[in-house]
Amino acid sequence: MSSTAQNSPNPLPLRDRMKIPRQPMPEQAPEVRAHNYAEVNLGYSPELAKQEALRCLECEKATCSQNCPVGVDVKSFVELIVAGDFLAAAAKIREDNVLPAITGRVCPQEDHCEGNCKLGRKVKPLGVGYLERFVADYEQRMGFHAMPKVAPTGKKVAVVGSGPSGLTVAGDLIQKGHKVRVFEALHELGGVLVYGIPEFRLPKQIIREQVDYMRKMGVEFETDVVVGRTVTIDELMGEEGYDAVYIGTGAGLPQFMGIPGEHFNGVYSANEFLTRINLMKAYKFPDYDEPMLDLHGKDVAVIGGGNTALDAIRSALRLGARKAYVLYRRSEAEMPARAEEAHHARQEGIEFHMLTAPVEFIANEKGWLTAARCVRMELGEPDASGRRKPVPIKGSEFNLPLSVAVIAIGTTANPIVQSTTPGLGTNKRGYIQADEQNQRTTRQGVFAGGDIVTGSATVILAMGAGRRAARSIHEYLTSGQW
Amino acid sequence: MFKILEAKFLAPGIKRFVLEAPRIARKQKPGQFVILRIYEEGERIPVTIENSDPERGTLNIVVQSIGKTTHLLNSLNAGDSILDVVGPLGKPSEIEKFGTVVVVGGGVGTAMAYPTAAALKRAGNRVISIVGARNKELVILEREMREVSDELLITTDDGSYVEKGFVTDKLRQLMQNGTKIDLVLAVGPIVMMKAVSEMTRKDGIRTMVSLNPIMIDGTGMCGGCRVLIDGKSEFACVDGPEFDAHKVNFEVLVQRNSMYRDAEQKSLTDFKECQHAAQPAEACVPGGR
Repeated sequence: MSSTAQNSPNPLPLRDRMKIPRQPMPEQAPEVRAHNYAEVNLGYSPELAKQEALRCLECEKATCSQNCPVGVDVKSFVELIVAGDFLAAAAKIREDNVLPAITGRVCPQEDHCEGNCKLGRKVKPLGVGYLERFVADYEQRMGFHAMPKVAPTGKKVAVVGSGPSGLTVAGDLIQKGHKVRVFEALHELGGVLVYGIPEFRLPKQIIREQVDYMRKMGVEFETDVVVGRTVTIDELMGEEGYDAVYIGTGAGLPQFMGIPGEHFNGVYSANEFLTRINLMKAYKFPDYDEPMLDLHGKDVAVIGGGNTALDAIRSALRLGARKAYVLYRRSEAEMPARAEEAHHARQEGIEFHMLTAPVEFIANEKGWLTAARCVRMELGEPDASGRRKPVPIKGSEFNLPLSVAVIAIGTTANPIVQSTTPGLGTNKRGYIQADEQNQRTTRQGVFAGGDIVTGSATVILAMGAGRRAARSIHEYLTSGQW
Repeated sequence: MFKILEAKFLAPGIKRFVLEAPRIARKQKPGQFVILRIYEEGERIPVTIENSDPERGTLNIVVQSIGKTTHLLNSLNAGDSILDVVGPLGKPSEIEKFGTVVVVGGGVGTAMAYPTAAALKRAGNRVISIVGARNKELVILEREMREVSDELLITTDDGSYVEKGFVTDKLRQLMQNGTKIDLVLAVGPIVMMKAVSEMTRKDGIRTMVSLNPIMIDGTGMCGGCRVLIDGKSEFACVDGPEFDAHKVNFEVLVQRNSMYRDAEQKSLTDFKECQHAAQPAEACVPGGR
């Protein structure tokens, strides 16, 4: 093992790099942040970033990048941080990832880059996400963005949905010289980044900045267009003259559990609960008109163990909830949420009830929720997902008093685009069929990716699909071959 | 921004707007609705489409002042703009030749029923319309409804116009005098739709109602508009807004629509107090307009 990589700006021998502890992310104190909506993580200073970057082993085979859905060149951008050229580091990331300020905040790094970091075998992995966030924020603060100059190709692409996959497609294709217009059903751009992820985890200002950057690159945006209703895919490709369409309409209809009492007042889907807060700013009522139930002094539970569940329950806490519970039917090991979020939620005082599931909601005579009848579970044999199946324990039922319950157990496919686009193939669960490599659908010129193809997944996986789709759309537009 | 080209009160508290909305005007079908947001801090509310002109690219909406947003909206005039209008949303009404169709419109619901009545007439149905309102002033779209109906019956709660009574009285008469009814469409207050539904259930007359639950996005994403249909949750924005009346749980609809009554009341009271202090409407919203 050589002591340092050739041409590396990092002067430290490898063994010394491993002695540097992982630099902690500065954050708001839990007791303070549990009562405000400001971002939890405060971001690295340049000094912290350089110190953390020095830990990179600069592996010859960069397994971190291999495990990144968009293929960010981690080693190169980290070396540029060590060299102190933060803007070049940002430009390096942007070659592969058009939304670094967002992925730096919400990507489950432990499943990708950091999970594959060789440092992690002996000590803590490199803080790739923290470093990515640092350079993206630095670039924004400096007001500097690399603006690629490309010759226009004369081709037009319509992108349906302005969530992470749609923005990725738009960002990648505009840099190839195609004309790109993004259609968004809601009044704000960003999709799930805006309505789903709360301010304290992803400030909306960050999304606006990323969208503004794309506007400067030439991407056009049109809000208030529900493709399938306001205009169809066929109309886009016909009278509106688009040469290709990318469908990235995202996670669809919220799933309910099908247990008695789900229609009681106080029972929400996570999508509705979060949309009221994040998109409609109900937490600022009455300055904003959107109403929200007053949660002060009330007991709230979320059902589910994913990021959406934690976003919802941490929001409830910030809206004044007295008790805030997570009810999850499996054990902690199976929880799909990002590790950092679960850690933050615990610090803030969220109570986790693992191996617990509601079987019925109970209300007063006026239809307002008063409790959830719950049952304890134990783990049995592995199920179709490979995880051990939760099995109810007989006689373990108990009532948990609650005023609000938020159901965050996933979504099913939204049918609007599929049902209005003849010839667009879907699978038996109603999601759009698309090739895993090139994201082509069964309709010529129509591509799809993200949650509307895979079902609920993560921001970065949707971006990965967007990346593949952009490459494939470019290929189709230049070759004309389907 | 969506420009208001014309604005006119049809009745006290009920206003018709003609909006410049070419995309929506091109696609609108009877039974569908739009969601709008007036200004940055505003809420999204579903609103009735009364008509559209695809050639001109205009959309007619009819709005009744109920809460803060609708009061504010009805204070707007030609030349003003609405920040967001999205649609057309929901499934269109099923239009085919059923035979004899009774279209019941209660209050502002008449505006929602009108385009469907017109389409049913064009499809060759015999259309009998029943329009009900609290009093003479609140009877809307009488001329329009008459134009698309073979027969138009009108009732007012106080008897100040045509005949004192409720729409259900007229429906009962039709059923009792042996009129063979193939379909009933009822749009109006929940109590009215429920009463119509109870009345037609016994004879098994197919009855559709257009539901008006609380909604946010209107695209199936939030699930806030779920209604209990035959014991199962359905979303009014993508599965409706029209449903088989005999399968609708109206009590749950009433209960869920009451969810934010306190907050809605506060918003309206604050807004009215502000207006009462002789402020122009735009001074009564954050940041002005």
